[in-house]
Amino acid sequence: MKWINRAALAVAASGMIAAGAQAATLDNIKKEGVLKCGVSQGLPGFSNPDDKGKWTGIDVDFCRAMAAAILGDASKVKYVPLSAKVRFTALQSGEIDVLSRNTTWTFTRDTNLGINFVGVLYYDGQGFMVRKKLGVTSALKLSGAQVCTNTGTTTELNVADYFKSHNMQYKVVAFENSNEVVAAYDAGRCDVYTTDRSGLAAQRTKMKNPDEHMVLPEVISKEPLGPAVRQGDDQFANIARWTLNAMIIAEELGVTSKNADQMKSAKNPEIKRLLGTDGKYGSYIGLDNDWAYRIVKQVGNYAEVYDRNVKPIGLERGVNNLWNKGGILYAPPFR
Amino acid sequence: MAMDDVVTPRYAPGQHPALPAPASTVGVVGWLRANLFSTGPDTSLTLVPFGVAFLAAAWFGGVSIMGSIVIGILIAVGVRIVARVAFGNPVIDNTVLTIVGAIIIFLIADVLLNFTIFDAVWSASGRADCAKSPDGACWGFVTARFSQFMYGFYPDAERWRVDVTGIFAIALIVPILFGQGRIRAYAVGLFLLAFPIVGFILMYGGLGLEIVPTNKWGGMMLTLVIAMTGITASLPLGVLLALGRRSDMPAIRNLCIVFIEFWRGVPLITVLFMASVMFPLFLPEGVTFNQLLRALIGVALFSAAYMAEVVRGGLQAIPKGQYEAASAMGLSYWKSMRLIVLPQALTIVIPGIVNSFIALFKDTTLVLIIGLFDFLGTIQTGLNDNAWAAPNVPMTGYVFAALVYWAFCFGMSRYSVRLERKLNTGRQH
Amino acid sequence: MSGAVSVTTETPKVAWFRDPRIRSLVFQAVTLLIVLLVGWYLVDNTIDNMRRQNIASGLGFLNDRAGFDIIQSLVPYTSDSSFGQAFVVGLLNTLLVAIIGIFFATLVGFVVGVARLSSNWLIAKMAAAYVETFRNIPLLLQIFFWYHAVLKPLPGPRDSISLLGVVYLNNRGLYLPSPEPFGGFYIVLGLFAAGIAATLWLLRRERKRQEATGERKPVLWTGLGLIFGVPVLAYFVIMLAVGNPLNFDVPALTGFNFTGGVTIIPELFSLVIALSVYTAAFIAENVRSGIQAVSHGQTEAAYALGFRPNLTMRLIIIPQALRVIIPPMTSQYLNLTKNSSLAVAIAYPDLVAVFMGTTLNQTGQAVEVVAITMGVYLLLSLGTAGLMNWYNARVALVER
Repeated sequence: MKWINRAALAVAASGMIAAGAQAATLDNIKKEGVLKCGVSQGLPGFSNPDDKGKWTGIDVDFCRAMAAAILGDASKVKYVPLSAKVRFTALQSGEIDVLSRNTTWTFTRDTNLGINFVGVLYYDGQGFMVRKKLGVTSALKLSGAQVCTNTGTTTELNVADYFKSHNMQYKVVAFENSNEVVAAYDAGRCDVYTTDRSGLAAQRTKMKNPDEHMVLPEVISKEPLGPAVRQGDDQFANIARWTLNAMIIAEELGVTSKNADQMKSAKNPEIKRLLGTDGKYGSYIGLDNDWAYRIVKQVGNYAEVYDRNVKPIGLERGVNNLWNKGGILYAPPFR
Repeated sequence: MAMDDVVTPRYAPGQHPALPAPASTVGVVGWLRANLFSTGPDTSLTLVPFGVAFLAAAWFGGVSIMGSIVIGILIAVGVRIVARVAFGNPVIDNTVLTIVGAIIIFLIADVLLNFTIFDAVWSASGRADCAKSPDGACWGFVTARFSQFMYGFYPDAERWRVDVTGIFAIALIVPILFGQGRIRAYAVGLFLLAFPIVGFILMYGGLGLEIVPTNKWGGMMLTLVIAMTGITASLPLGVLLALGRRSDMPAIRNLCIVFIEFWRGVPLITVLFMASVMFPLFLPEGVTFNQLLRALIGVALFSAAYMAEVVRGGLQAIPKGQYEAASAMGLSYWKSMRLIVLPQALTIVIPGIVNSFIALFKDTTLVLIIGLFDFLGTIQTGLNDNAWAAPNVPMTGYVFAALVYWAFCFGMSRYSVRLERKLNTGRQH
Repeated sequence: MSGAVSVTTETPKVAWFRDPRIRSLVFQAVTLLIVLLVGWYLVDNTIDNMRRQNIASGLGFLNDRAGFDIIQSLVPYTSDSSFGQAFVVGLLNTLLVAIIGIFFATLVGFVVGVARLSSNWLIAKMAAAYVETFRNIPLLLQIFFWYHAVLKPLPGPRDSISLLGVVYLNNRGLYLPSPEPFGGFYIVLGLFAAGIAATLWLLRRERKRQEATGERKPVLWTGLGLIFGVPVLAYFVIMLAVGNPLNFDVPALTGFNFTGGVTIIPELFSLVIALSVYTAAFIAENVRSGIQAVSHGQTEAAYALGFRPNLTMRLIIIPQALRVIIPPMTSQYLNLTKNSSLAVAIAYPDLVAVFMGTTLNQTGQAVEVVAITMGVYLLLSLGTAGLMNWYNARVALVER
């Protein structure tokens, strides 16, 4: 059947059919002049289109940073909105180059699905939201509660494990669409709304009276959310990994989008390496020497990205602070 | 009801003494039957006021279930008494039916008009404005996002291309729907052959136009693209399948039967899911179709199966003599189909075809499940926006969507009724 | 194919490639070949891709622990159950909503269809408005609408609407007491069934007698005694002799919610409303055209014989109209069943939500899961179609 495959590839060369999952991803992106980035269908703070179709969020800014590094222009991104169900298949099949969609890094996903996670963009954990007037202050008092959540994610399993391990009864009401979860919870269908704590904070702003609800202190799972690329293209994985690291290192070194130009003449050798005024570090990953400078200049360092996107939905840095400021963000040294 | 008159003596004709009334006409049961449930309308005359009063008391008046039942019974009996006194027996059914109908209409209109007009917020710049009147619609949300609902994420500067395509489409569809003879034939030809190419180039790009990738397509534009592609692709496919199902060749016939029954037997969401998630698995490594194209193929195959059954109905209605006459004239199979049978069969089933189009149009809403931003999808995206996160906004969005879909489908269904009448009058005399 | 050529060249006038039989054979063979090749190509690619991408295959996953909970289950199910059991739960939930939906859709559809032909102008127009409204709005939107229309007016669990302190209604569902019979109760149930059977037999005997002699004896009290009297008597006898044969598990408010009894969740309720209201609009149209297909002479003849309008409808028109109504109604039933797959939008745990949603996500075995799901719907469709065809044949036989 090889001739049919060849014919199919020939057809693929024309029109609306795209080929080339196994070609070097970097060359493809440079040839097409655009980075195909898988994002969510709308989650404030992470990836959300506004009324003009302009995407914003921390996941989106990661895509923009990669585009700035590879193509020199942060706006050269094609956003592909994906539901939770189809996200991994889209990456495997080459429909997108990088998956930046508030996706939890787990063992199975990293090994068994043909994809590789390159780091953690946001440390999250699953939490519970309840109405204040219920008078509940701890998740351990939730026995007998009805819980609203999303299908197709790890939250359904986490909540089952949590209630079982604490010997508590509960009923789960699982919706396809997070808008419906919020609407149903707000209408009183459930006592508890559970999802990642960042999601709780983002969705709380949509309630009729956000002040009537509170997030319980318990974090019942680890949810390291990070970008992922296909297995088997190490160069591209390196670019993705070091785009993320460069953003964190820039914050450590105090390089921001505003002072990037002055910093180019700074004496600190690590800043010099980062901004490409010393060495040929860009060539090691197939890019020019200014790649990290462009990331910082066009998109900003991690703190700028966080403050622009995640702060407005009411989430402080917390564990997502730098390691030397009480958090667990820790990028390997740039040398 | 004594038990001892079991004996059945014979009487001369006309001499039989009067028997006791049938059980169903005496006692409590008899009273109930005679007074509350004697005819269908009578029954509803009892049940409808009861139901309305019960629901009104329980849901809107906040009365407990038992209290509501009591109120319901009282109102139902009251209605009966008033009716009997006021109208006498023969007319009451009709009159009271009218009154009950009017009350129901009033209740529905009250809810609808309050939400859409009287309590609505007409201009708003964000959630704070919407929240001022939480029981009414917030149309400001719709006007603020209207262009996105229409074009999705299509670049602002290029939207004229969509408009031009739309004008083209309307210019061709109007003569197809209402034109006569040759003009109509030309329009159909242009619509099937030239329009898809022109429309594709206009909207996708090429020939000097900037390329707008399909992931930026969205809103009403995408809905119409899916619906119109589905319609134009499913009709010829459906005709072929219907012919195949009636073919003399067993292999072809059975293949077509299996194909048709398969697609008719599975829900569209499973089809779309397969098209969007699993299709890459069926192709060699590295080959993948555009996601929109995959969804289009799924929708077209699905509706082709339904179309095939509609067309088959038309083929069966053609008298056998027509087939025989065509063969007698020495026409080949395809010629006799093209010139004799199909023109007649398709004319008969035009209303059915339009109904399949309506179904297809409504079904396009399901593509939102596979991550395409169709009309409903863009509205849901709008609901994600924090700037518009007020409690009345989701219902506003859904009501707006319902109105738009309704307008399209109702238009098509009126057209189908009109055609049906036209065809019927032509047939009967 | 060349073998076939040599066989048929003996007919001199027609070249072999013009012989319709040969052409048809060749055409069929080529078509079959193409279909097989394409099928093989797709299967080959799929197997190849799955092997290369290390995607697990086979049905072994059905025995693995599911790990998630389901809100409504007709059979015992916990998060320790297997994916296979989750599949059964989803399937039963789909069947449940489909059967209830079909029942109400038929009921409403018949009422609206007959109302469309009412001589009362307002009623006829209201029925027409019903049909044109609900038929022309996408079902997904209607499901969302009904879900919120059901949820909105209902109070929270602590302010539940209570009926006699045993039935409770709130926005978590309708809580009913569930019967918990003991051994002796089945005797009562048996007597109850026997009572119904005996009464039916009595009724039939009396009807025959009435036909033969014109006389009729009422069986109401005898029947009531047989159906209710005897079982109630037995109940008390058992209660005195052995102990109460039937207890009720009455729902009670414990903590956040009611526990005990049977719960009808609002998702089931709204889905049934949405599906039956939507499908009834189509059924109403089928009913209307079916009734219109019966010649008006039938009505006139019935009136001439002294039938009242509703009897005419019930005894003369509807039985004849059924022959026209049933085939299109079959496809409406099938549509309703398939449309119930939209349940996941409002969190009703049907087959698609539980199996093609959660199970697929946990196992990643898309090919098997989707194939099984499609197969189930296909079987349901063919089964319903078969059943309705059988019924249709029976109705047709009763008529001439």
